[in-house]
Amino acid sequence: MRLATLLASAALCVPAAADEMWISNEKDDTLSVIDIETLEVIRTIETGERPRGITFSKDFSVLYICASDSDSVQVMDPETGEILHDLPSGEDPEQFVLHPNDRHLYIANEDDAITTVVDTETRTVIAQIDVGIEPEGMAVSPDGKIAITTSETTNMAHWIDTETQELFANTLVDSRPRHAEFLKDGTELWVSSEIGGTITVFDVETQTEKAKIEFEVEGVHPDRVQPVGFELSNEDKTAFVALGPSNHVAAVNPDTYEVEDYILVGRRVWHMDFNADKTLLFTTNGVSGDVTVIDVAKREPIKTIKVGRFPWGAAFRPTN
Amino acid sequence: MIDAMIALRAILIREALRFVRQRSRFVAALVRPLVWLVVFAAGFRAALGLSITPPYQTYITYEIYIVPGLCGMIMLFNGMQSSLSLVYDREMGSMRLLLTSPLPRWWLLFCRLLASTTISILQVYTFLAVAAVYGIDMPWIGYAYVFPALIVAGLMLGALGLALSSAIRQLENFAGVMNFVIFPMFFLSSALYPLWKMAESSALLRDICALNPFTHAVELIRFALYGQFNAVALGWTILAGIVFLGFAFWGYDPARGMKRG
Repeated sequence: MRLATLLASAALCVPAAADEMWISNEKDDTLSVIDIETLEVIRTIETGERPRGITFSKDFSVLYICASDSDSVQVMDPETGEILHDLPSGEDPEQFVLHPNDRHLYIANEDDAITTVVDTETRTVIAQIDVGIEPEGMAVSPDGKIAITTSETTNMAHWIDTETQELFANTLVDSRPRHAEFLKDGTELWVSSEIGGTITVFDVETQTEKAKIEFEVEGVHPDRVQPVGFELSNEDKTAFVALGPSNHVAAVNPDTYEVEDYILVGRRVWHMDFNADKTLLFTTNGVSGDVTVIDVAKREPIKTIKVGRFPWGAAFRPTN
Repeated sequence: MIDAMIALRAILIREALRFVRQRSRFVAALVRPLVWLVVFAAGFRAALGLSITPPYQTYITYEIYIVPGLCGMIMLFNGMQSSLSLVYDREMGSMRLLLTSPLPRWWLLFCRLLASTTISILQVYTFLAVAAVYGIDMPWIGYAYVFPALIVAGLMLGALGLALSSAIRQLENFAGVMNFVIFPMFFLSSALYPLWKMAESSALLRDICALNPFTHAVELIRFALYGQFNAVALGWTILAGIVFLGFAFWGYDPARGMKRG
């Protein structure tokens, strides 16, 4: 009885694991895992060459990694850090997006100017769609009917019907589009343009441009203000936009399309992700090799955490 | 004991009255760091916006970096101002009157030091309030933690002023103090640039900065403003304060008389 009590109390003493933020380090071929409570790196895991885009399956049981220079999408067990298998991804996969069906991965193949659709269960390529030159940004509408690929050199957003896996529209955006996201229940599509320095807002139903968001960071040359990744806070109240070598993240009001704040982060901020309740935002700062944690309510940076060289993607993983 | 307290009160009131009546001195003491904050820091924002050095946990703008240095600047200039008024008092004769008091001379000098430190601290808090209105605020706890740090830093810099005043013969010589003491102390410190930035241009400069007691006073203030304790900075500041105070007491030693005055 006494032993049972002791064992029970010992079990109670084991602290619950905190949620984690997973970061891909492009130059180190590793992932850094950040403990969201202590804001410290607790694990570094080796991957294939040049990991960039990362995303978890819906139940967080596997992590998909774009190992660009290994020409594969790796599937990792996040508990053990073991690579379970590779998926056929086409050449140089840079970024991808998981369809709401939790099964189809839409992958941008930068060198081949195609978007590859992979079935993660059968591990087969189910479609390859010709898009513009150097595809990168990927998005899927919340209802899963539309996939978007943006092409860096063609300067277009390519609209893919996910039933037929065919293009049904191509729309011009500003120079070098990098990232795309659907907003407001899928009624708007936002596309960031790195060189153009803008975000173009499209009406999804008509695929026409309805607004353009511009950025201006005080004391920073306009050439260095380069919007890349962006994420939406709770209820789409604020869009946080990484502005690359300007070393700032912009807070944009999605209703007025106006920039409300600029937050100082590390050098060449690229992508980002939130914690579970979206109170903290983690930005990957490529050149300075770190991750800045932003208090979303205060819009203030609270800590910068050193990770590997050239951190690129970020993905949240709950552990409880 | 009561006599000593009466002397302390009298000296404190005299310094306070002098400070309150010299409005221009108060305004100048506040305008100087504010000009640095608003004009100089804005110009350097792009050049020096990227460093994570303790106590900072993330990237900060140059305006945020420079605030503790400007607090130190207020105390440094105030210490020197106090030294200037000591020289003035000596020239006018009121110093001789004070030092002829039957109380120990070290006590009188310490009272003088305490008075100038009190005024320094008031100036620093006023500056921090204006900086907060300008948008540069510290964690609330920092405003409380910085108080003891300001006392230590203020006493050290005041003691330096006291030591200098014992060595300056005439008011005219004060320009030399500006050129040879205040400016080198201020510029060769971590007040304007972090030490790692100094090391990028010259390791020797960085070493000089690291030896400068003003650097440690600034770092003590900087850490305290963020609710942190810097034992090394405290140790150096106290040590420098004791040395300067020793010089001052020696300089004003009655056995040496007022030979130099």
